[in-house]
Amino acid sequence: MSAASKAGVIEAVRKTGEAGLFFVRLLGACIPALARPKLIIAQIYNAGARSLIIIMLSGLFTGMVLGLQGYELLNRFGATEALGTAAALALLKELGPVLTALLFAGRAGTALTSEIGLMRATDQLTAMEVMAVDPLRYVAAPRFLGGLIAMPLLTAIFNVIGLFGAQLIGVQMLGVDHGTFWSQTQSAVALKDVTEGIVKSVVFGAVVSLIAVNEGYHADPTAEGVGLATTRTVVASSVMTLLLDYVLTAAFM
Amino acid sequence: MRANRSLEIGTGLFVLLGLAALLFLSMQLPANGLKFSFSKPVGYDVTAQFDNIGSLKVGAPVRMAGVRIGQVTRIDFDTNTERAKVWLLISPHFNQIPMDSSASIDTEGLLGGQYISISPGGMPTYLKAGSEIIQTQSALVLENLINKFFANFASKKGSKSSSGGAKEQK
Repeated sequence: MSAASKAGVIEAVRKTGEAGLFFVRLLGACIPALARPKLIIAQIYNAGARSLIIIMLSGLFTGMVLGLQGYELLNRFGATEALGTAAALALLKELGPVLTALLFAGRAGTALTSEIGLMRATDQLTAMEVMAVDPLRYVAAPRFLGGLIAMPLLTAIFNVIGLFGAQLIGVQMLGVDHGTFWSQTQSAVALKDVTEGIVKSVVFGAVVSLIAVNEGYHADPTAEGVGLATTRTVVASSVMTLLLDYVLTAAFM
Repeated sequence: MRANRSLEIGTGLFVLLGLAALLFLSMQLPANGLKFSFSKPVGYDVTAQFDNIGSLKVGAPVRMAGVRIGQVTRIDFDTNTERAKVWLLISPHFNQIPMDSSASIDTEGLLGGQYISISPGGMPTYLKAGSEIIQTQSALVLENLINKFFANFASKKGSKSSSGGAKEQK
């Protein structure tokens, strides 16, 4: 093994350890951060309310595609009445949490990283430390909590809009019976399926927010460093989302 | 102050919307959740009693010659007749269904749900709100059908093997 690749491995291990330690410190800072709900509300607005349009549009089109593809497939078996069930389960258990997490990483995660990274680059975080203000508590923790709260809510909105998108295509356009669509869906979906999706979205919210905040916090204090950190946020959170999705799905089986 | 206020309103709207979506997913969607209907369908109520409704559900369509004319609004058990009682809401413009029409429970496709099919009779009086469809045919329960088929098959095979032995010898 060459010296360069050895250093690369050690650097990767160090980064992982840094992220782990940061997570522990961040959790410690979360409880005092709850004393300032205004900061958290501002972050829920940034991460959640401002992602609403992209989430709703994506949810609508995902649902509509599910309606079309599901109909096409089920029609081969003469079971188009099961369209609602298929769309609802696919949305609730997989597509809702995963797609919302990926969109969230792209829309809110990058914003978090570049914001915190620029604070680092312009020495704002150092200035806070000098004034004995803990930047973890005032900058990182509210953003982490904001993302954690916003993700399940965004996922739920994505799911509902997606379901109505599937209904729009399946019932209004392709002529599946309206009553059958909903009654079959309701009889097939259990509360467990809904919980699975919500648990997934909470985990994804925590992971994506953690990666975003961590990358920003530890970004190189240069213009290039902030750009690289933003890219790493998207890559790392997308990969982690899909990886954890497999683990969680297996755990829920 | 002004910016802060609009931020709080925006966040509040987002959180309320999210919670409403969560509530819908956890209460309206699962079978054991609490349900309420979104819009009240119009029409007149007709009842029918069945020996066995199979897996008919509230919301299932009512069809006549394959055309949807209404839906099942309520399913209950009649303790007097010991049969299942089903309430059908028929759309108001299908108001010329003969009184002696019969209702049967059919299945849509192989994996589809069950629905009520109405075959028209010939009487000049028509079904109206509160009337009952007397002639009914229960749902075909696939398991019973298969059982019957196999019982039939086995008995046929049994009788055949006694006489069919000679056939194989040929």
